[in-house]
Amino acid sequence: MKIGVVTFPGSLDDRDAARAVRVAGGESVALWHGDPDLRGVDAVVLPGGFSYGDYLRCGAIARFAPVMRTIVERAQQGMPVLGICNGFQILCEAHLLPGALTRNDHLHFVCRDQRLRMERTDTTWTNAYAEGEEIVIPLKNGEGGYVADDATLDRLEGDGLVVARYLDVNPNGSLRDIAGISNPSGTIVGLMPHPEHAVESLTGPSTDGLGFFVSAVRSFAGAKA
Amino acid sequence: MARVVVDVMLKPEILDPQGRAVMGAFTRLGVGGVSDIRQGKRFEITIDGDPTDAQLADLHRMAEELLSNPVIETYELRVEP
Repeated sequence: MKIGVVTFPGSLDDRDAARAVRVAGGESVALWHGDPDLRGVDAVVLPGGFSYGDYLRCGAIARFAPVMRTIVERAQQGMPVLGICNGFQILCEAHLLPGALTRNDHLHFVCRDQRLRMERTDTTWTNAYAEGEEIVIPLKNGEGGYVADDATLDRLEGDGLVVARYLDVNPNGSLRDIAGISNPSGTIVGLMPHPEHAVESLTGPSTDGLGFFVSAVRSFAGAKA
Repeated sequence: MARVVVDVMLKPEILDPQGRAVMGAFTRLGVGGVSDIRQGKRFEITIDGDPTDAQLADLHRMAEELLSNPVIETYELRVEP
Protein backbone atom coordinates (compact mmCIF):
# COMPACT_ATOMS: atom_id res chain seq x y z
CA MET A 1 0.00 0.00 0.00
CA LYS A 2 1.31 3.44 -0.95
CA ILE A 3 0.76 6.15 1.65
CA GLY A 4 1.72 9.70 0.71
CA VAL A 5 3.17 12.04 3.32
CA VAL A 6 2.91 15.72 2.44
CA THR A 7 5.72 18.16 3.18
CA PHE A 8 4.62 21.77 3.53
CA PRO A 9 7.06 24.60 4.25
CA GLY A 10 7.36 24.25 8.02
CA SER A 11 6.34 20.59 8.32
CA LEU A 12 8.33 18.88 11.09
CA ASP A 13 7.07 15.35 11.38
CA ASP A 14 6.94 14.25 7.76
CA ARG A 15 10.06 12.07 8.15
CA ASP A 16 8.69 10.34 11.25
CA ALA A 17 5.32 9.81 9.57
CA ALA A 18 7.00 8.28 6.50
CA ARG A 19 9.06 6.04 8.77
CA ALA A 20 5.95 4.96 10.68
CA VAL A 21 4.32 4.01 7.39
CA ARG A 22 7.32 1.82 6.53
CA VAL A 23 7.52 0.26 10.00
CA ALA A 24 3.85 -0.69 9.58
CA GLY A 25 4.64 -2.45 6.30
CA GLY A 26 3.43 0.23 3.90
CA GLU A 27 5.30 2.08 1.18
CA SER A 28 5.77 5.79 1.92
CA VAL A 29 5.67 8.31 -0.89
CA ALA A 30 6.89 11.87 -0.41
CA LEU A 31 4.39 14.48 -1.62
CA TRP A 32 5.23 18.16 -2.04
CA HIS A 33 2.90 21.02 -1.13
CA GLY A 34 3.40 22.78 -4.45
CA ASP A 35 2.67 19.75 -6.63
CA PRO A 36 -0.97 18.70 -7.11
CA ASP A 37 0.14 15.22 -8.31
CA LEU A 38 -0.52 12.55 -5.66
CA ARG A 39 1.82 10.08 -7.43
CA GLY A 40 -0.62 7.20 -7.33
CA VAL A 41 -0.95 6.93 -3.55
CA ASP A 42 -3.80 5.04 -1.90
CA ALA A 43 -3.94 7.26 1.19
CA VAL A 44 -2.38 10.44 2.56
CA VAL A 45 -0.93 11.54 5.90
CA LEU A 46 -0.84 15.27 6.67
CA PRO A 47 1.97 15.47 9.23
CA GLY A 48 2.57 17.72 12.20
CA GLY A 49 4.57 20.92 12.22
CA PHE A 50 4.02 24.58 11.56
CA SER A 51 3.01 24.81 7.91
CA TYR A 52 3.58 28.32 6.56
CA GLY A 53 4.79 29.34 10.02
CA ASP A 54 1.27 28.96 11.45
CA TYR A 55 0.68 32.44 9.98
CA LEU A 56 -2.92 33.70 9.94
CA ARG A 57 -4.28 30.56 11.65
CA CYS A 58 -2.74 27.09 11.95
CA GLY A 59 -3.41 25.30 8.67
CA ALA A 60 -5.23 28.24 7.07
CA ILE A 61 -2.70 28.80 4.28
CA ALA A 62 -1.76 25.13 3.83
CA ARG A 63 -5.39 24.43 3.08
CA PHE A 64 -5.00 26.28 -0.22
CA ALA A 65 -1.70 24.64 -1.27
CA PRO A 66 -1.83 23.03 -4.73
CA VAL A 67 -1.47 19.52 -3.25
CA MET A 68 -4.46 20.16 -0.97
CA ARG A 69 -6.79 20.87 -3.87
CA THR A 70 -6.23 17.32 -5.10
CA ILE A 71 -6.33 15.83 -1.60
CA VAL A 72 -9.64 17.54 -0.72
CA GLU A 73 -11.19 16.33 -3.98
CA ARG A 74 -9.93 12.75 -3.54
CA ALA A 75 -10.80 12.66 0.17
CA GLN A 76 -14.37 13.63 -0.66
CA GLN A 77 -14.42 10.63 -3.01
CA GLY A 78 -13.26 8.30 -0.24
CA MET A 79 -9.46 8.38 -0.24
CA PRO A 80 -8.25 7.83 3.35
CA VAL A 81 -6.53 10.80 4.99
CA LEU A 82 -4.95 10.99 8.45
CA GLY A 83 -4.18 14.47 9.78
CA ILE A 84 -1.87 14.61 12.78
CA CYS A 85 -1.60 17.80 14.85
CA ASN A 86 -0.99 20.49 12.18
CA GLY A 87 -2.54 17.98 9.76
CA PHE A 88 -5.68 17.89 11.95
CA GLN A 89 -5.74 21.70 11.88
CA ILE A 90 -5.47 21.62 8.07
CA LEU A 91 -8.33 19.10 7.80
CA CYS A 92 -10.55 21.37 9.90
CA GLU A 93 -9.57 24.49 7.94
CA ALA A 94 -10.37 22.59 4.72
CA HIS A 95 -13.76 21.64 6.22
CA LEU A 96 -13.07 17.94 5.70
CA LEU A 97 -13.69 17.62 9.45
CA PRO A 98 -15.96 19.85 11.58
CA GLY A 99 -14.79 22.25 14.29
CA ALA A 100 -11.47 24.01 14.75
CA LEU A 101 -8.31 23.90 16.84
CA THR A 102 -7.60 26.96 18.96
CA ARG A 103 -4.89 28.18 21.30
CA ASN A 104 -4.41 26.01 24.39
CA ASP A 105 -6.59 27.40 27.17
CA HIS A 106 -3.55 27.78 29.47
CA LEU A 107 -1.54 29.52 26.68
CA HIS A 108 1.53 27.28 27.13
CA PHE A 109 2.99 24.94 24.56
CA VAL A 110 2.52 21.44 25.97
CA CYS A 111 4.78 18.44 25.33
CA ARG A 112 4.01 15.25 27.22
CA ASP A 113 3.33 11.55 26.92
CA GLN A 114 -0.45 11.52 26.81
CA ARG A 115 -2.84 8.74 27.74
CA LEU A 116 -5.81 8.35 25.41
CA ARG A 117 -8.85 6.13 25.18
CA MET A 118 -9.60 4.80 21.71
CA GLU A 119 -13.34 5.14 21.12
CA ARG A 120 -14.01 4.59 17.42
CA THR A 121 -12.15 1.58 16.05
CA ASP A 122 -13.88 0.89 12.72
CA THR A 123 -12.07 3.62 10.79
CA THR A 124 -9.37 3.13 8.15
CA TRP A 125 -6.83 4.43 10.66
CA THR A 126 -7.93 2.84 13.97
CA ASN A 127 -9.15 -0.69 13.18
CA ALA A 128 -6.07 -2.28 14.77
CA TYR A 129 -7.20 -1.02 18.20
CA ALA A 130 -9.84 -2.45 20.52
CA GLU A 131 -12.71 -0.17 21.48
CA GLY A 132 -11.89 1.34 24.87
CA GLU A 133 -8.19 0.47 24.56
CA GLU A 134 -5.93 2.90 26.40
CA ILE A 135 -2.73 4.04 24.70
CA VAL A 136 0.13 6.45 25.50
CA ILE A 137 1.62 8.57 22.71
CA PRO A 138 3.38 11.95 22.62
CA LEU A 139 1.38 15.15 22.47
CA LYS A 140 2.99 18.48 21.56
CA ASN A 141 1.00 21.52 20.59
CA GLY A 142 0.35 25.18 21.28
CA GLU A 143 -2.98 25.35 19.50
CA GLY A 144 -4.64 22.02 20.18
CA GLY A 145 -7.86 23.04 21.87
CA TYR A 146 -10.66 21.38 19.94
CA VAL A 147 -13.76 23.57 19.68
CA ALA A 148 -17.08 23.30 17.89
CA ASP A 149 -20.59 24.46 18.65
CA ASP A 150 -22.76 22.32 20.92
CA ALA A 151 -24.86 20.97 18.05
CA THR A 152 -21.71 19.76 16.26
CA LEU A 153 -20.30 18.22 19.46
CA ASP A 154 -23.61 16.45 20.12
CA ARG A 155 -23.62 15.12 16.56
CA LEU A 156 -20.01 13.88 16.87
CA GLU A 157 -20.89 12.08 20.10
CA GLY A 158 -24.28 10.81 18.89
CA ASP A 159 -22.90 9.44 15.64
CA GLY A 160 -19.87 7.91 17.36
CA LEU A 161 -17.36 10.01 15.42
CA VAL A 162 -15.02 10.73 18.35
CA VAL A 163 -11.95 8.59 17.66
CA ALA A 164 -9.91 9.26 20.79
CA ARG A 165 -10.35 11.12 24.07
CA TYR A 166 -7.80 12.49 26.54
CA LEU A 167 -7.41 10.62 29.83
CA ASP A 168 -5.86 11.81 33.14
CA VAL A 169 -5.62 15.48 32.09
CA ASN A 170 -7.13 17.60 29.37
CA PRO A 171 -3.88 19.06 28.04
CA ASN A 172 -5.21 21.96 25.97
CA GLY A 173 -8.80 22.76 26.88
CA SER A 174 -10.36 20.61 24.16
CA LEU A 175 -14.13 20.50 24.55
CA ARG A 176 -15.39 17.16 25.89
CA ASP A 177 -11.76 15.95 26.12
CA ILE A 178 -11.73 15.28 22.36
CA ALA A 179 -8.30 14.27 21.03
CA GLY A 180 -9.38 13.04 17.61
CA ILE A 181 -12.43 12.79 15.35
CA SER A 182 -13.44 11.15 12.08
CA ASN A 183 -15.81 11.67 9.19
CA PRO A 184 -18.91 9.43 9.17
CA SER A 185 -17.42 6.84 6.80
CA GLY A 186 -14.22 6.60 8.86
CA THR A 187 -11.82 7.35 6.00
CA ILE A 188 -10.76 10.76 7.32
CA VAL A 189 -9.29 10.99 10.82
CA GLY A 190 -7.81 14.00 12.60
CA LEU A 191 -5.77 13.54 15.76
CA MET A 192 -3.92 16.09 17.88
CA PRO A 193 -1.40 13.69 19.57
CA HIS A 194 1.38 12.07 17.55
CA PRO A 195 1.17 8.31 16.86
CA GLU A 196 4.12 8.54 14.44
CA HIS A 197 6.44 9.31 17.37
CA ALA A 198 5.47 6.07 19.14
CA VAL A 199 6.22 3.27 16.71
CA GLU A 200 9.59 2.04 18.02
CA SER A 201 10.68 1.46 21.62
CA LEU A 202 14.06 3.12 21.02
CA THR A 203 12.55 6.56 20.47
CA GLY A 204 8.97 6.53 21.73
CA PRO A 205 7.30 6.22 25.13
CA SER A 206 5.58 3.13 23.70
CA THR A 207 4.83 1.54 20.35
CA ASP A 208 1.14 2.32 20.82
CA GLY A 209 1.03 4.67 17.83
CA LEU A 210 1.94 2.03 15.28
CA GLY A 211 -1.68 0.83 15.19
CA PHE A 212 -2.78 3.89 13.20
CA PHE A 213 -0.48 2.97 10.34
CA VAL A 214 -1.00 -0.79 10.64
CA SER A 215 -4.75 -0.11 10.48
CA ALA A 216 -4.42 1.64 7.13
CA VAL A 217 -2.15 -1.01 5.66
CA ARG A 218 -4.53 -3.70 6.91
CA SER A 219 -7.61 -1.85 5.56
CA PHE A 220 -6.05 -1.74 2.14
CA ALA A 221 -5.00 -5.41 2.22
CA GLY A 222 -8.58 -6.28 3.21
CA ALA A 223 -10.02 -4.16 0.41
CA LYS A 224 -7.79 -5.87 -2.14
CA ALA A 225 -8.45 -9.43 -0.95
CA MET B 1 -6.08 54.31 -3.90
CA ALA B 2 -8.56 53.02 -1.40
CA ARG B 3 -8.10 51.08 1.77
CA VAL B 4 -10.33 48.19 2.74
CA VAL B 5 -10.17 47.11 6.38
CA VAL B 6 -11.17 43.65 7.55
CA ASP B 7 -11.52 43.10 11.30
CA VAL B 8 -11.61 39.49 12.46
CA MET B 9 -12.79 38.54 15.95
CA LEU B 10 -13.32 35.23 17.72
CA LYS B 11 -17.00 34.53 18.22
CA PRO B 12 -18.19 35.51 21.71
CA GLU B 13 -18.69 31.87 22.74
CA ILE B 14 -15.11 30.89 21.81
CA LEU B 15 -12.63 31.12 24.68
CA ASP B 16 -9.93 33.76 24.03
CA PRO B 17 -6.96 32.86 26.26
CA GLN B 18 -4.83 35.65 24.73
CA GLY B 19 -7.42 38.28 25.55
CA ARG B 20 -7.65 36.81 29.04
CA ALA B 21 -3.86 37.09 29.47
CA VAL B 22 -3.95 40.73 28.38
CA MET B 23 -6.77 41.27 30.87
CA GLY B 24 -4.53 39.78 33.56
CA ALA B 25 -1.83 42.32 32.68
CA PHE B 26 -4.32 45.18 32.97
CA THR B 27 -5.17 43.98 36.46
CA ARG B 28 -1.50 43.68 37.44
CA LEU B 29 -0.84 47.18 36.09
CA GLY B 30 -3.59 48.55 38.30
CA VAL B 31 -6.08 49.47 35.58
CA GLY B 32 -9.47 48.80 37.10
CA GLY B 33 -13.03 48.89 35.85
CA VAL B 34 -12.33 46.65 32.85
CA SER B 35 -14.64 43.65 32.66
CA ASP B 36 -13.39 41.88 29.50
CA ILE B 37 -10.77 42.05 26.75
CA ARG B 38 -11.00 40.19 23.45
CA GLN B 39 -8.10 40.08 20.97
CA GLY B 40 -8.66 40.10 17.21
CA LYS B 41 -6.89 40.69 13.91
CA ARG B 42 -7.03 43.66 11.56
CA PHE B 43 -6.14 43.45 7.86
CA GLU B 44 -5.53 46.59 5.80
CA ILE B 45 -5.91 45.97 2.08
CA THR B 46 -4.82 48.71 -0.30
CA ILE B 47 -6.30 48.66 -3.78
CA ASP B 48 -5.84 50.79 -6.87
CA GLY B 49 -8.70 53.24 -7.35
CA ASP B 50 -12.14 52.86 -5.85
CA PRO B 51 -13.22 49.26 -5.34
CA THR B 52 -15.64 47.86 -7.87
CA ASP B 53 -18.53 45.61 -6.87
CA ALA B 54 -16.61 42.64 -8.30
CA GLN B 55 -13.53 43.53 -6.24
CA LEU B 56 -15.60 43.89 -3.10
CA ALA B 57 -17.20 40.51 -3.77
CA ASP B 58 -13.69 39.01 -4.08
CA LEU B 59 -12.60 40.66 -0.84
CA HIS B 60 -15.68 39.38 1.00
CA ARG B 61 -14.88 35.89 -0.30
CA MET B 62 -11.29 36.19 0.91
CA ALA B 63 -12.46 37.53 4.28
CA GLU B 64 -14.75 34.56 4.71
CA GLU B 65 -12.56 31.78 3.26
CA LEU B 66 -9.03 32.87 4.13
CA LEU B 67 -8.80 35.78 6.56
CA SER B 68 -11.34 34.29 8.97
CA ASN B 69 -12.52 30.81 9.88
CA PRO B 70 -16.32 31.00 10.06
CA VAL B 71 -16.35 28.07 12.50
CA ILE B 72 -14.79 30.20 15.24
CA GLU B 73 -14.59 33.76 13.94
CA THR B 74 -16.63 36.61 12.49
CA TYR B 75 -15.39 39.41 10.23
CA GLU B 76 -16.34 42.97 9.42
CA LEU B 77 -15.28 44.55 6.13
CA ARG B 78 -15.38 48.27 5.41
CA VAL B 79 -14.00 50.64 2.81
CA GLU B 80 -12.15 53.51 4.47
CA PRO B 81 -12.70 56.98 3.01
